[in-house]
Amino acid sequence: MLRILKRIAQTGIRTEPAPPRADLPHEESLRIHRELLAILGDALTIRQVDAGSCNGCELEIHAVNNPYYNLEGLGIRFVASPRHADMLLVTGPVSRHMAEALRRVYAATPEPKLVVAVGDCGCDGGIFGEGYASCGRVANVIPVDFEIPGCPPPPLEIMRGILTLLRSKA
Amino acid sequence: MTLLEGLRSTPAPLPAPVPIWHVEVTGEEWLAAARSVVAAGGRLVALWGSAADGLSVAAAYVIHAGLIWVELPLPASAPVYPDLASIFPAAGRMQRATADLLGICASGSVDQRPWFRHGAWPADYLPLHPGAGACEAGESIDYPFVKVAGDGVHEIPVGPVHAGIIEPGHFRFSVVGEKVLRLEERLGYTHKGIERRFTQLPPLEAHRLAGRISGDSTVAYAFAYCMALESACGCAIPERAAWLRALLLELERVANHLGDLGALGNDAGLAFGLAQFSRLREEWLRRLGEDFGHRLLMDRIVPGGVAADLDGPAAARLARHCDSLEREVRALRDIYEGHAGLQDRFIAAGRVTPALAGRLGLTGLAGRASGHAIDLRCDHPWPPYDRLAPGMATHRNGDVAARVTVRFEETQESLRLIREILGSLPNSALRREPQLPRGKTRGLGWMEGWRGEVLVALELEDGAIRRCHCHDPSWQNWPVLEHAVIGNIVPDFPLINKSFNLSYSGHDL
Repeated sequence: MLRILKRIAQTGIRTEPAPPRADLPHEESLRIHRELLAILGDALTIRQVDAGSCNGCELEIHAVNNPYYNLEGLGIRFVASPRHADMLLVTGPVSRHMAEALRRVYAATPEPKLVVAVGDCGCDGGIFGEGYASCGRVANVIPVDFEIPGCPPPPLEIMRGILTLLRSKA
Repeated sequence: MTLLEGLRSTPAPLPAPVPIWHVEVTGEEWLAAARSVVAAGGRLVALWGSAADGLSVAAAYVIHAGLIWVELPLPASAPVYPDLASIFPAAGRMQRATADLLGICASGSVDQRPWFRHGAWPADYLPLHPGAGACEAGESIDYPFVKVAGDGVHEIPVGPVHAGIIEPGHFRFSVVGEKVLRLEERLGYTHKGIERRFTQLPPLEAHRLAGRISGDSTVAYAFAYCMALESACGCAIPERAAWLRALLLELERVANHLGDLGALGNDAGLAFGLAQFSRLREEWLRRLGEDFGHRLLMDRIVPGGVAADLDGPAAARLARHCDSLEREVRALRDIYEGHAGLQDRFIAAGRVTPALAGRLGLTGLAGRASGHAIDLRCDHPWPPYDRLAPGMATHRNGDVAARVTVRFEETQESLRLIREILGSLPNSALRREPQLPRGKTRGLGWMEGWRGEVLVALELEDGAIRRCHCHDPSWQNWPVLEHAVIGNIVPDFPLINKSFNLSYSGHDL
């Protein structure tokens, strides 16, 4: 236990101090934190749905919860059920096999039912496009409020996208 | 000496940095070859079909000498071949997928349920046939899961949408109380027609698609695809490119192991582990983003070489990063190993004995954690691995703890390899553009990704892709996960599942 506490103390709070390199993205993330807090006050809940992605976007969505971006530390949480969610983060070209599941997730999500398509594939079908097994972009299956392009978009872009959408709704 | 008993024709070597042969066989030889692979202690890597040059079915076996690509041409009137699942259980799902995509069936196989086809396309539509156009969605299939009956047995269906930031798939648990009696997986939800998409792309651009088969293994897939393409074109890459490719492969391995080690701590209730390892992973990805222009290293390996380079100061910085990362990982390993609560969850959970692993063909890092000393980098070291003498991490316990230990050891070894590579990068061009040959050619790429061996089999004709089959090690390991959870409690499933960390997208294609 002592070793764990020691390591925690040694590590410090990574969300705060500027890193030795690339101060800009770090300051940017702090600014985004402040704005998110100002808009939300308390909480936003997000349900992530992989509707057919290559899992690259999932890796970067995971990263927004690491100590550097610490999205969850702000009360913006990823939840296990669409029924608990304000927002859906959807990745992939939507595979035909996932289209029905995605529609059901959307139906189960209460208002305001914000939908963000993450990644080039979610925005326009990406390199996979449309075909016998792919419906292409997320908007071909459920209504989309905002798109975050990138292959995959880095964590800061994902945070910035969420913020931009919230700002337009606030 | 014959390569494989039971073959009349002599296998032809393909130009590649690792030993690979191709041979065409008859129906009789098809089974004889499979049996002699078993007799020689070999294994099945992949099974797939092709309609590129008439119908055929192919299997890739690994024997002591290397990899052998065995192809059996089939008549269009009766596209049927002898079942391999009774010899190699891992062949079962691959055969079912081949039937769904090409209508080529294994005669005498026990399980003939569709695997990839859930209803996105009609049963008579064959997506990989050259003439297959667009199609309307078919009828959704009511998949017949195997029922477990008995007093107090009930089912827990999970998915395809899972309760986390995870890929989609369906798990059907049959349980008594908390104990898992049986798990049956149903995959194919992320099937998006990748193999058909390959045939619509120019060969010199399709490495981008290969790099998006499974995002966490983008380097391994792009590497394997480019190796296959260069083999088909008879193109040798410049020396510096070969070293940089190995560097990228090890960087990707470290990134994934860091992520998994954190997630495994978290799934066993140690949030500290997730915080620490996700911090280390983020610092690593930022370094990669700065040095190579992409955090996950997508599109850095290109046909004929690489599209990334390091200058002296960047190499020195990366080497220093490895030094500090190694110290941090070592300290965290001490904490993991000394944490009674964590070890209590890790030890004996999701155990796969070496005997079971051998029978089912468990591969990659999970295979090494169950006593199967298989690692392409060590078994057939190609440049620069022939100069680096990579060490192999193995364990015999086959439980979650063993898979954690293998990850720790592989991380240390990869950090050593990275520094060795950085210290001896030769000077040369970074790329030599492959010349696409006229006529029909084939090539095969075989690569040890962080999860296990990735394979890409490519057939070209007059500068176009006729068939590109990609194989993920998850094909072998998903069925073993079904066995690993038997007798464990349901709440341990996420931990056991994470300890394998298999790809859905890489499997579903």
